[in-house]
Amino acid sequence: MTIHTKGTGTTWVGRSIRRLEDPALVTGRGRFTADMPATHWVRFVRSSVAAGTIENITAPGGAGTVTAKDLAKLKPIRPMLSKFNYVAVGQPILADGVVRFTGESIAAVYAPSKDQAEDIADQVEVEISEGAPLIDAMDALAEGAPLVHADTKHNVIVEGRIATPGFEDVWKTAHKVLHVEARSHRQNATPLEARAGHASYDASTGRVTLTCTTQMPHLTRTAVCDILGIPESDLRVVAPDVGGGFGQKMSLAPEYVLLVWLARKLRSSVAWTEDRRENLIASFHSRDQHVQLEGAFDKSGKLLALRGDIVANIGAYSCFPTTCGVEPLMALAELPGPYDVRAYDCRSRGVMTNTCPMAPYRGVSRPVITFVLERLMDKAAAAFGIEPTELRRRNLIDKFPYTSATGLVFDDGSYKETMEMAIKAIDLDAFRKRQKIARDAGRYLGIGLATFSERTGYGSPAFAARGMEITPGFETVYLTIDPSGFVEARIGSSPHGQGLRTSLAQIIADEIGIDPEFIKVVHGDTDRSPYGWGTFASRSLVLSGGASLLAAQKIRAKLLKMASHFLEAAPEDITLQSGSAHVIGTDRSVTIASMARAAYHQTHIFKGEIEPGLTETGTYDPSGTFSNACHVAIVEVDIETGRVEMEKFLVAEDAGLIINPMIADGQVHGGVAQGIGNALLEEIIYDETGNILTSTLADFLPPTTHEIPEIELHHIETLTGNSITKAKGLGEGGAIGAPAAVISAINDALSPFGISIDEMPATPQRIRAALRASGKLPSNGKLA
Amino acid sequence: MKPAPFTRHVPRTVDEVVSALAEFAPLDGRILAGGQSLVPIMAFRMARPAHLIDINEVEGLDRLAVDGDYLSIGARVRHGAFHKPVIDGPLGKLLAFVVSHIAHYPIRMRGTFCGSLAHADPASEWCLVAATLDANLVVKSVRGERIVPVTDFLEGIMSTSLAEDEFLAEARLPLLPDDTKFGFYEFSRRAGDFAMSAALVTYRLVDGLIADAHVGIGGAEDRARRITEAEDVLNGQVPSPDLFVAAGEAAANAIEPLEDIQTTAEYRCDLVRAVTRRALERSTQ
Amino acid sequence: MSDKTDITLTINGQSHAIRVESRRTLADAIREDCGQTGTHIGCEHGVCGACTVLVNGEPVRSCLMFAQQADGKQIRTVEGLADGDEMHPMQRAFMENHGLQCGFCTPGFLMLAVGVLEREPDISDHDLVDVLSSNLCRCTGYQNIIKAVRAAAVEMRQS
Repeated sequence: MTIHTKGTGTTWVGRSIRRLEDPALVTGRGRFTADMPATHWVRFVRSSVAAGTIENITAPGGAGTVTAKDLAKLKPIRPMLSKFNYVAVGQPILADGVVRFTGESIAAVYAPSKDQAEDIADQVEVEISEGAPLIDAMDALAEGAPLVHADTKHNVIVEGRIATPGFEDVWKTAHKVLHVEARSHRQNATPLEARAGHASYDASTGRVTLTCTTQMPHLTRTAVCDILGIPESDLRVVAPDVGGGFGQKMSLAPEYVLLVWLARKLRSSVAWTEDRRENLIASFHSRDQHVQLEGAFDKSGKLLALRGDIVANIGAYSCFPTTCGVEPLMALAELPGPYDVRAYDCRSRGVMTNTCPMAPYRGVSRPVITFVLERLMDKAAAAFGIEPTELRRRNLIDKFPYTSATGLVFDDGSYKETMEMAIKAIDLDAFRKRQKIARDAGRYLGIGLATFSERTGYGSPAFAARGMEITPGFETVYLTIDPSGFVEARIGSSPHGQGLRTSLAQIIADEIGIDPEFIKVVHGDTDRSPYGWGTFASRSLVLSGGASLLAAQKIRAKLLKMASHFLEAAPEDITLQSGSAHVIGTDRSVTIASMARAAYHQTHIFKGEIEPGLTETGTYDPSGTFSNACHVAIVEVDIETGRVEMEKFLVAEDAGLIINPMIADGQVHGGVAQGIGNALLEEIIYDETGNILTSTLADFLPPTTHEIPEIELHHIETLTGNSITKAKGLGEGGAIGAPAAVISAINDALSPFGISIDEMPATPQRIRAALRASGKLPSNGKLA
Repeated sequence: MKPAPFTRHVPRTVDEVVSALAEFAPLDGRILAGGQSLVPIMAFRMARPAHLIDINEVEGLDRLAVDGDYLSIGARVRHGAFHKPVIDGPLGKLLAFVVSHIAHYPIRMRGTFCGSLAHADPASEWCLVAATLDANLVVKSVRGERIVPVTDFLEGIMSTSLAEDEFLAEARLPLLPDDTKFGFYEFSRRAGDFAMSAALVTYRLVDGLIADAHVGIGGAEDRARRITEAEDVLNGQVPSPDLFVAAGEAAANAIEPLEDIQTTAEYRCDLVRAVTRRALERSTQ
Repeated sequence: MSDKTDITLTINGQSHAIRVESRRTLADAIREDCGQTGTHIGCEHGVCGACTVLVNGEPVRSCLMFAQQADGKQIRTVEGLADGDEMHPMQRAFMENHGLQCGFCTPGFLMLAVGVLEREPDISDHDLVDVLSSNLCRCTGYQNIIKAVRAAAVEMRQS
């Protein structure tokens, strides 16, 4: 069922209530990891070469120093995948004999202050016999290339292949074949808060509390304890306020392991704050891919078959827990996108190089494959002489459930409807007229669109299919009304800006009749929260929301049972609202707070019909759902300089029932902004020796207000059966579609020049070079 | 990213500044003015001065005033002072227009005009202004004072003719005749970023013909400078779009372009062509 | 290591007598020596603006000033915006308009916007949005930050 709605109503769900998180944050009372004092401050000594053998490490006398030999008893970080010929490689906590990327930690020094730790680190001398580093994945694949890890062939750590039966026969029937060769350059998620960790040892219990910038506190606890060989009950992990993650903070940082080890050794508190240069060089990177895509179309422009080859540069090690297979294999599974195509043959490889390891970043591979697939569709539209929207109309899925050629099951969505909504809102015809007038005057405006699916809110069945050693998926919520009548929901998700303390409170409030301001959502502390998987993959609202709903339904049932006792009425005649239970059509009521008190202190009055206390557990583990959206970008390209100005951006999105429209819109805004940055500005650049040239925020360029235009949003709410709250996830959608829409718009603007921009970011230099090569630039610098 | 340790000195007079420089410059001592360029470099430990001579309390160095036929800009005068025109006439407007391109508002609260010149980043807007307008720089040391024309002052990337124990006390910008036209255009990746190329042009019209053209290019070579080849194209001619294209072409051909991993010589010249033409177009508005 | 000097940082009207090295940045002194951790550090090289505070009414990047340079000056940080329980219009506007998500860049934006509007109450909308390009945010895509600052500007001008 599809609803076009703005989400108002008399329930809490659907309302844009102010966030419960905000008062502390706007008054500077947020608590971020770097805010905590510590007795010892750690500074990592990092490799300044990309590949080589460590000959010697000399630290100044008397300095507290840790090297690999001190950590001999520790296991390496070794995530596992049981499919696609994955080669398990291990990453030592500190480089052990060899270095494999510039920025890899070779030693850790510690001192009473950060300044002093840095002074000491400066004096540590490391002798490395340099080897020849591999930087580009294609070079790493070449015959005779050195191996980054001995166990791989040609540096391939994972190779996946999907080929539907009879593919070649279908291919042969093609009326037209289009081809794209695309390049996506390396990205860094660049959260405003870089990573940080603080480990403090409690002498009375022997436990360590690790406070850190993680998106997955429980799994961090499990992983660190595995590596150190200690019981999990000896470690508490706390994710306090975290300043953005975008996936970069979900993968296990070797630095956290070092901190816990050192805290135990020193029996004290030790802390590390990553500086921005470290984050740009040695935190996780992403999306460095070469993609080749061919599409076979029939006479009417229907996509018959897709053939792809994906090479993902995954860096020097494999990220935990997803493994570095996450990018190439997600690309493999989702490359067909939202189109109905039955024949598919794709190979996808993860290739190791002497660069910083790759890990998930908002959208993971989907921003890349969406960009490539949409280029293919745009090229096909041009080849058929029809509008790009018309080609989409002939190919977008519209009957559900739809099972893709790769076995993904798409639930109810509105792929075509969001596209129609978007182009109507942007007034495509009016733009084409304006575009023509501009072209005649020597100005190049362009419009681009991207239609895509966003896989969200999936539980363990979907993760199990990936063959990871660790199958994340379920979420649990413990919901308690305590004797004070106030509510606490302890969740396994770990939000860091997504507003879950508010949206979950809204879901719970509707169910149990207590206003959201009295519902406290507790997260991030492994001592308090149920084992869960943290926040990533656009999952938390669906999974923790579903679990909250299940728990709240149980609480509701119990409250109604108690109320029925107090009010001498049938449960079906009682409503719960604003903290009270009352009999419909009468003025008989009782406060929920007094009932809660009775549940603990007056249990005898229920004569054993009700268990004492008021705590219920909900666990939710669904198969998953797909959101969808259409993104439209309008740009102007300055052909003299190659610079792209964003004029406008529009999104028509469908993420099911929207719990808090203001929060949902904020997620789309933020994703789109990162997508625009991806398309135009952001690139981690290595030189041929493996040094990063973009190691400051003056060289790596996240967008400012000037680079992000007004973003107009439109909504459809398709209520899916695949999520019990009817909400789908949408955290990544903005980042998935925006790059494709922007690149599409650039190509549309420059279509008179007969070039194809198939590279991201589409920097002014690259655009200008392509224009020059076209031979079609007006001479004498004139515009027309 | 904490700076390496240093000793901070806080002179109160110009004499104290030059004495401190004489004593500490040989011991790796430097001037600290706005700090907006120096402190980041120290944070990266690319510079580790053992001594910083903080001139932010020195009397008289914050003077900004007209002296005869030039505008005198003291070493402590901040970018933000130029947000509104500091004098009537084209020079005040020119400085106010250019300053809005320099970094961002909070940087402009602290960064100084003279600091930009002494830092000599090839992409510095003030260096371009100084070069285009034939500024004179007043340099002081214990040995006295010397007046250095900008062409002798800027020597290359981050490099000036300042001796180790000298500091830039004042910049002098010649006033512009009331009928001076000017245009400025900068190309950068994001607003406030370092200019990848910038052009500043000034000229007058005498009987409808361009006279006394100054065309300065910044960000494209190892230092900002006037491009006489472009000025020769303009002088004596009637302003027109074609003329401006020709001036851009002349500038692009005259420069020795800076290259890096993202910016080829050809692209740099493309930019010079575009910024020159556009600065000239702006001069007519 | 250089000698430490005794200085007094007056933050939100309160004096903090501290002892710092010359190289101690104002940002670190505010956060660690004076315990006011609302001001955040995002890059330490003057680009992101998360560390923005007001010094004698001017918005500055506290990571690019040394603490000793702020001796005797009036410093205002995010902790000083509210008047007891009464939030500043800018804080209210950010909450009402969802101008923050993770909250890390927020103190810097609040101080930048408040500082500029106090200095130039009649600043044009165009120039106000231009000023906001001084700071980076990775979460909001800026839409709601601009909306919040515009709303607060209206209220601040009225009072």
